[in-house]
Amino acid sequence: MEQTDLEELYQTVILDHSTRPRNFGPLPDATITVDGDNPTCGDEVHLHVRVGADGGVEKVSFTGSGCSICMASASMMTAKVKGKSHAEAESLLHDFQTMISAEPQPPPAKSLGELRLLAGVRKFPQRVKCATLAWHALRGALETNPTAAGPEDGLDLRAPRKVSTEEDGDGLSLG
Amino acid sequence: MLNQVSDLPSPPAAGLDFAALRADFPALHQEVNGHPLIYFDNAATSQKPRQVIDALVHYYERDNANVHRGIHELSNRATTAYEGARVRAARFLNAPSANEVVFTNGTTEGINLVAQTWGRKFLKEGDEILLLELEHHSNLVPWQMLAARSGVKLKYLPVCGDSGVADESKLDELLTPSVKLWVFPHISNTMATVNPAKEWCARARAAGITTLIDAAQSAGHRVVDVQDLGCDFLVFSGHKILGPTGSGVLWARAELLDAMPPWQGGGEMISSVDFFSAKWNTIPHKFEAGTPHIAGAIGLHAAMDYLDTVGRERIWEHDRELAVRAWRGLQSLGGTRLFGPGEDRAGLVSFVLDDVHAHDVVTLADRQGVALRGGHHCNQPLHRKLGIKSSARASFYFYNTPAEVDRFLEVVAHIQHFFRRGAN
Repeated sequence: MEQTDLEELYQTVILDHSTRPRNFGPLPDATITVDGDNPTCGDEVHLHVRVGADGGVEKVSFTGSGCSICMASASMMTAKVKGKSHAEAESLLHDFQTMISAEPQPPPAKSLGELRLLAGVRKFPQRVKCATLAWHALRGALETNPTAAGPEDGLDLRAPRKVSTEEDGDGLSLG
Repeated sequence: MLNQVSDLPSPPAAGLDFAALRADFPALHQEVNGHPLIYFDNAATSQKPRQVIDALVHYYERDNANVHRGIHELSNRATTAYEGARVRAARFLNAPSANEVVFTNGTTEGINLVAQTWGRKFLKEGDEILLLELEHHSNLVPWQMLAARSGVKLKYLPVCGDSGVADESKLDELLTPSVKLWVFPHISNTMATVNPAKEWCARARAAGITTLIDAAQSAGHRVVDVQDLGCDFLVFSGHKILGPTGSGVLWARAELLDAMPPWQGGGEMISSVDFFSAKWNTIPHKFEAGTPHIAGAIGLHAAMDYLDTVGRERIWEHDRELAVRAWRGLQSLGGTRLFGPGEDRAGLVSFVLDDVHAHDVVTLADRQGVALRGGHHCNQPLHRKLGIKSSARASFYFYNTPAEVDRFLEVVAHIQHFFRRGAN
């Protein structure tokens, strides 16, 4: 199979991170956990962060499951962001987002290190959200009052609720 | 690997003239990523034949006008064509009357219509709806929304593990007197199971339970006869059966439609309106407020004509033969987990590869021109039950060939090889 783009997307380093993710597992002394969900494919990244006194990332780990791009991105992100100050983490987040989506594509920031290997994901628009899932969770963690990386509205039939009924007929009359 | 493929059964006996049929589908004749397109995402939507596209073009070029409210020639033509499609849809389903056919924008809208009208009027707090564990979100969330509003309870007939076969031994305990509605898919879009619709409807009828069949995956692939099935409601989408997107049908027994309140208000659904009152139109117009998708119904008419020219019995046989070929091929590759009831299945195969995520499978297949679906196929609770986040799915139609299935198997073998280098 001739597949230059594919070889770029699935480089050995990326496959290595996805099969042996770094910082994978719970973080017992985490101060916050942010859940990143990709509802269209079911990928989940739960980012556990011990926030330092300066609001930086003192410790970080992740749990969950997803495709190789999602797992590799989360693995490389946690390796890179661990021990960073709040400002440094914000800056990494910005650099990664720029690399993945800015038009026209700028040269990837050197600060990203091996994360630059993920630049090739741009050629696969459907996969960009795989690469950015963990980063959305990081953004949530860096916010002052994080709850989750996605919207939470919905219904829960297990919760107590009030029932309403209505009348219908062959027509209506407001009298 | 190729040897394994050649051990498979010889090409289908359904006797379809692939070359002639495929010539009718413009979209099939293109290269994707430098390879001839192999379109195996038919459970999501089908491709469209020239005859359907021509019907749409003809309508917009020659007959375009609003229906039911004009006196002029074009309005007459549009009305005749639109109502002709309704008669055609009734014949397609062997429905007793065209008045029982409500045009919708698809399966999802049809189910929401039933939930919001029949459901809100006839289901009360404490009543129960029986669903199947492999329900598509479209036949699940509308009932959840109804339950949240009215206090109706949902309960589920379980399926047996990876086979996707309903555990009918649980029916005796589940079919309690409080069950008022039983909804289920005719064919599962993920597991390829064919549910015993006729038997279940007979059982429901005997117990006074109303039934709704989600025929999204069956209507274009096999004969669907509402009188033979004995159901109360049946819904399907036009776009999965060669028709335009935004077209679809809700069929219901006339006495049910008569008793149901309207859904949306507007023009066409009324017989008379005063400043402070309104009278509803007769069925099916009571459920079609506003200008309908006229072109969609006309395109759907052409699609149903096309399907019946090919023959739905032959399509059913052909789809299943391709699915069995794919199933056997994937099994002999090894390193795969396959879902569904073995070889007695509808025309699709969902699978996961050991250590390769479905998204990665679909991306690599796409680079080889093979269009698959990867994800939970709008079937998240089932995937959760199976302990997987997502699966890959190949779904077939009559314009697919055994040679395409063999090429697909070759591509899957390459994908396995590709990812082994990462796993060492």
